[in-house]
Amino acid sequence: MSPAKSRAAGPKPVPPLTSPRRPRKPSSSERTLDNGLRVVVVRKRDVPLVEVRLRVPFLSAKPKHSARATLLSDTVLSGTDRYDRGDLAAAVQALGGDLSASVDADRFLLAGNALATNLAPLLVIMADVLTSARYPADEVTRERARLVERLTIARSRAGVVAAESLARRMYGDHPYARELPRVADVSTVTRKQVVRLHTERVRPAGGVLVIVGDVSPARTLDVVADSLASWDGTGRAERVPGLPSFENGPVVLVDRPGSVQSSLRLGGVALRRDADGYPALQLANLVFGGYFSSRWNENIREDKGYTYGPHSRIEHNVLGSSLVLDADVATEVTAPALLETAYELAKISALPVTDGEVESVRQYAIGTLALSTATQAGLATTLSSLLGTGLGLDWMIEHPRRLAKVTTAEVSAAAAEFFAPARLVTVVVGDAASIATPLQALTRVVPDGQPS
Amino acid sequence: MPAAVSRRRSDGAPLPSPSFDLHHVTLSNGLRVVLAPDRSAPVVGIAVLYDVGIRSEPEGRTGFAHLFEHLMFQGSANLEKLEHFRYVQSSGGMFNGSTHFDYTNYFEALPSNALERGLFLEADRMLSPRITEENLANQIAVVKEEIRVNVLNRPYGGFPWLELPPVLFDTFPNAHNGYGGFVDLESATVEDATDFFHRYYAPANAVLAVAGDLDVDETVELIEKHFGGIPKRRRPVRPDFGEPPLASERRAVTTDAHAPIPAVAIGYRVPDPVARLDEHLAGVLLSEILAEGDASRLQRRLVHRDRVVTDVSAYLGEFGDPFDERDPTAFTITAHYPNPESLERILAAVDEELARVAADGLEPGELDRVRTRAVSVLFREMDAVLSRALEFAKFELIFGRAELISELPDRLTAVTGADVQAAAAALSPERRAVVELIAGGAR
Repeated sequence: MSPAKSRAAGPKPVPPLTSPRRPRKPSSSERTLDNGLRVVVVRKRDVPLVEVRLRVPFLSAKPKHSARATLLSDTVLSGTDRYDRGDLAAAVQALGGDLSASVDADRFLLAGNALATNLAPLLVIMADVLTSARYPADEVTRERARLVERLTIARSRAGVVAAESLARRMYGDHPYARELPRVADVSTVTRKQVVRLHTERVRPAGGVLVIVGDVSPARTLDVVADSLASWDGTGRAERVPGLPSFENGPVVLVDRPGSVQSSLRLGGVALRRDADGYPALQLANLVFGGYFSSRWNENIREDKGYTYGPHSRIEHNVLGSSLVLDADVATEVTAPALLETAYELAKISALPVTDGEVESVRQYAIGTLALSTATQAGLATTLSSLLGTGLGLDWMIEHPRRLAKVTTAEVSAAAAEFFAPARLVTVVVGDAASIATPLQALTRVVPDGQPS
Repeated sequence: MPAAVSRRRSDGAPLPSPSFDLHHVTLSNGLRVVLAPDRSAPVVGIAVLYDVGIRSEPEGRTGFAHLFEHLMFQGSANLEKLEHFRYVQSSGGMFNGSTHFDYTNYFEALPSNALERGLFLEADRMLSPRITEENLANQIAVVKEEIRVNVLNRPYGGFPWLELPPVLFDTFPNAHNGYGGFVDLESATVEDATDFFHRYYAPANAVLAVAGDLDVDETVELIEKHFGGIPKRRRPVRPDFGEPPLASERRAVTTDAHAPIPAVAIGYRVPDPVARLDEHLAGVLLSEILAEGDASRLQRRLVHRDRVVTDVSAYLGEFGDPFDERDPTAFTITAHYPNPESLERILAAVDEELARVAADGLEPGELDRVRTRAVSVLFREMDAVLSRALEFAKFELIFGRAELISELPDRLTAVTGADVQAAAAALSPERRAVVELIAGGAR
């Protein structure tokens, strides 16, 4: 490449931004049904489809809850009073639709979509699942065996091993540290336990249904009230302890013999989305490692070539939010990568960030919020998650204004508080025979056992 | 997607059909431009697709098309290294690029007030990427880590897109490792990159698509302003990479050090998706009938009745997108199964189910529900402005007409049960390539 001519004349200027256009506020309606279900409907007409997210609180401190809950979500669509598994799937498909169930530590989620004109029949099928899922004995037996295989496959991935190890390091034996069930627990789950969990917990009161699509909000509320009228009851509330605090300590090393990379994971405390300091922390996270132009990525990827990409992010859960940093690096540069990570953490905690950095992440945060909620599916998922932690559409609409007001000093202060190395814990998954000695030259290292 | 026209399917239920406002311009240097205005939200998607992919990389340089994609982000005529990323992100946007078998794409999603900036950034690297020894060495290291994280350190990482083509196809363009061997990647030089750029990154070998909040006349002016000055270069002639169907079955075995249970990939060479689109669409519907969801035939049989596999999938296109490749393309069926002895039973069941479709045809309602789902998926994928820009550019590049997307619901509606039967009949045992993945990981 020889850009000599254009260089001689000086580089061409990059075009400035023109004045921004404000997005239209979406039209929405909300109602709490007689059965206690909160329903939020947003009109979004880009494509003739509709997205549905039904979220039911599922937190539990029972040691085997995760195993029972996962098996429940794997079998809930396997048959109702009206349908067997194949017929249920065929009925949804005929609506141009999709329906799936999932669980995490916080919630049970029934997620679906269909051609917008088929919303009512989709809701009828969902009501059928909610009120008459049969959990046939042979389906439970088969899904239990399949779940064991899926867990084995999941735990053969370095990233899953690392996430589980970090969660244990941060949360000990709290339910947030055992989101993926243990194989030994899955093997003991009975059909009766699954049915009982559904009866006790899959209830409308306390749940939130989000509908986004090419629909009329007011009319849709009536359709929902009609379709889900037969679903009733209050989910049994369970007392779950708050998140434990954790102390900084030695690096936890999980041996994965033959691993050609090491998975670095760091965890810390973060603020909830409704906290006053959250917008500043959100921006501090972006400056550190939350987008491609972050300090961490420009250092260990674009300068050193140690990794395909490091990321830092804030995870929001019902009981609290956390900071999670991840990078998968070549085995031979594990210690240097950890050294550079420690350097960037120390730097952002001890020295102020610049106005230029803050302006860049501010625009990025505002722009990508708009982009990620510009699709029906993106808006439905974001809204469901916000409503699950006590926020909603207003939070989303007002957030750009909060981001606009954050000062550079506030971002520096948030970085100093939450990215301080003393407040973070570190886990490394990799080939211990190759990386233990180089890591020990930098810091204290302790071993961690594999999950059963 | 401002308007949706309802069509009738055979059972009388309406099936919506997308209607897009598309505008075409070709610049004097040969750059083809597709504009798709939709002012419902203040965002734009910009996509540039170059007509070069994995199949065109030279022997001894496996993985080069992808490595070159990385180099296109390392600075350009008027931009230092890191500036491209910073300009996009500090404008509130996101970017990426990806390398496919037949093309390479570069794209941004931006607030619409950054439209001209986005066009400038794409034009600047189309004019002249800044490829240096230092950036090349850095990106070779980054690409090696990408391959480690996605393939070498991950169970089933390259399965089957890296494992199947060497068995299913014969010629280097179709059969080689598209992520690249480390020796080939490390051998890449700045001169290789310069040659590759001059040969394949000519404006006449590219399509630019812009979708979203834009005024057509203003945008054409901006495109002319930024791309119009890029000198015209010869458009390279794309060779015919087609290969005839296999005449006898092929088998291969691969070992995955991290995988806890075995897996199989069954591949078939299928008709040219561009020249024989209607047959191709019958294949798309067949893949759904076989393996999409709990209602599908292979899920019902192998997962739920016989319980020999933990999951099964079927798809066209080596990355799972049926409209991503020209001839040749593959129909692939994959499954994971806990008992290593089950392979022959799985193959026999697949053959039986294909033979049953071929001989007995479809059940009442089966074709309609699968078709409705396919149309719905098509809409869903077009919801984001960036996806829309990418899809229009891809259909313009591969099929020669962005408008084809709007016609797909009608074309799918025209597919008959007999067409699907014929597609199934073509997937006979002697035409398949089978790759068995041996699990080398601890359980």
